[in-house]
Amino acid sequence: MLFGMSWDLTNDWTFAWSIIPMLLIGMKITIIATIFGFLIAMTLGLVFALARSAPTRFISWPVGFVIEFVRDTPLLIQLFFIFYVLPSSTGITLPALEAGILALGVQYSAYCSEVYRAGLQAVPNGQWEAARALNLSTWQTYRDIVIPQAIPRIIPALGNYLVSIIKDTPILSAITVMEVLHVANIIGDRTYRYMVPITMVGILFLILTLISAGFVKFIEKRLPRAGIAVK
Amino acid sequence: MKPIVRFDKVTKSFGDTVILRDFDFELTPGERVVLMGPSGSGKSTVLRILMTLEDIQDGVVYIDDEPLWHEGVGNNLKPASDKHLRKMRGNVGMVFQHFNLFPNMTVLRNIIEAPMKVLKLSRKEAEARADELLARVGMSDKREAYPNSLSGGQKQRVAIARAMAMRPKLLLFDEPTSALDPEMVGDVLQVIKDLAAEHDLTMLIVTHEMGFARDVADRVCFFCDGQILEQGAPSKIFTDPAEDRTRQFLRMVLHEEPASEAS
Repeated sequence: MLFGMSWDLTNDWTFAWSIIPMLLIGMKITIIATIFGFLIAMTLGLVFALARSAPTRFISWPVGFVIEFVRDTPLLIQLFFIFYVLPSSTGITLPALEAGILALGVQYSAYCSEVYRAGLQAVPNGQWEAARALNLSTWQTYRDIVIPQAIPRIIPALGNYLVSIIKDTPILSAITVMEVLHVANIIGDRTYRYMVPITMVGILFLILTLISAGFVKFIEKRLPRAGIAVK
Repeated sequence: MKPIVRFDKVTKSFGDTVILRDFDFELTPGERVVLMGPSGSGKSTVLRILMTLEDIQDGVVYIDDEPLWHEGVGNNLKPASDKHLRKMRGNVGMVFQHFNLFPNMTVLRNIIEAPMKVLKLSRKEAEARADELLARVGMSDKREAYPNSLSGGQKQRVAIARAMAMRPKLLLFDEPTSALDPEMVGDVLQVIKDLAAEHDLTMLIVTHEMGFARDVADRVCFFCDGQILEQGAPSKIFTDPAEDRTRQFLRMVLHEEPASEAS
């Protein structure tokens, strides 16, 4: 029994069929963690990227340090830190899923910030000079000229990280999040049959990543039509 | 007549390399001046300082008697704020060697972007201005095209229209034909000549095109090591230069092909 549902152990096929609803409950958590984690990563990443290229060192250096620190420490440690250390040292207690989403978001924001930074820097300096000669403000230049040109370079790399964040969600099981692999594991523990649930989880992940990669390809294809041209 | 541009003992350096030292220079309104000289001699830097793309280390640059890189009056000058620079920049336009069109925008959008966003023109006014300029540079049929589908000469003509759309008093050309295939050069130079004939716009042009300079320029300045070595009417400079260095340089430019292969 799991989530009030029971499995049918007649044979592998009935077993597989009977655990699908349970795995889908886990899958929902996996997808939620991915989507919200990635939204945090994309947003916070942009903030990091702009802060790191800020004109004053008082902003750019500390931000650079934080980015390096986050990038160069394992996700699992950050996860434990947010879930176990934060409550005991600051009193901030997050539910497991929220803590997991935050950890994924912060870890990937460090990667995303580098993607943004590389994308923004790849826009030739001549574009900035032309914008200045036309008296456009820094903000107008970012919004109308630099960011639209950086996006086609950024999307493929962001897409890789989307697939990568999906594949990192099972780590959240370490702090008791009931994502899909954790569910499969529990089913295995209780039935002593691991092959079917674990294989099914593998297939579910494959489906999820293929859909995501297809989604990213779709966006990439749409970009030139939106008038955003790559060199 | 009061000068529109005045450099007063301007020094510009990059680290230890001094590009301009105690540089003095004046332009009167409506004047067309061509700057020539070997690369690295500081002529493009003069343009880039006027466009506020490069700051200065010493001296004062005036546009219409107002300091460009400073605020205040007399001896009480302090470095210019962003606001002051934005105000001063409105007087000046620039055409770049590598065009620097915005590849994410159509030709039309390239031209109307700044008039709409900076001068706050309505879309209709901006488009009317753009259409008139596109007609003048012979690019009306490429209105909706993206820059990447244009030839170099076409790009530069659009870039000229884009700069003109801001109605600058002073238009700077930084080697406008150096990045073009030879067969495109004539078209672009013709466009600049036409502009010079129609407008009383002040033009400062860095170019090595002597025929063009002869037709357009009121004055040619020959640059060497951050100084104007000699200047005067093109007929004088090109036929009877006073300095050996000028003569040498002109000889090199006249035989451009072998010289550029050797470099």
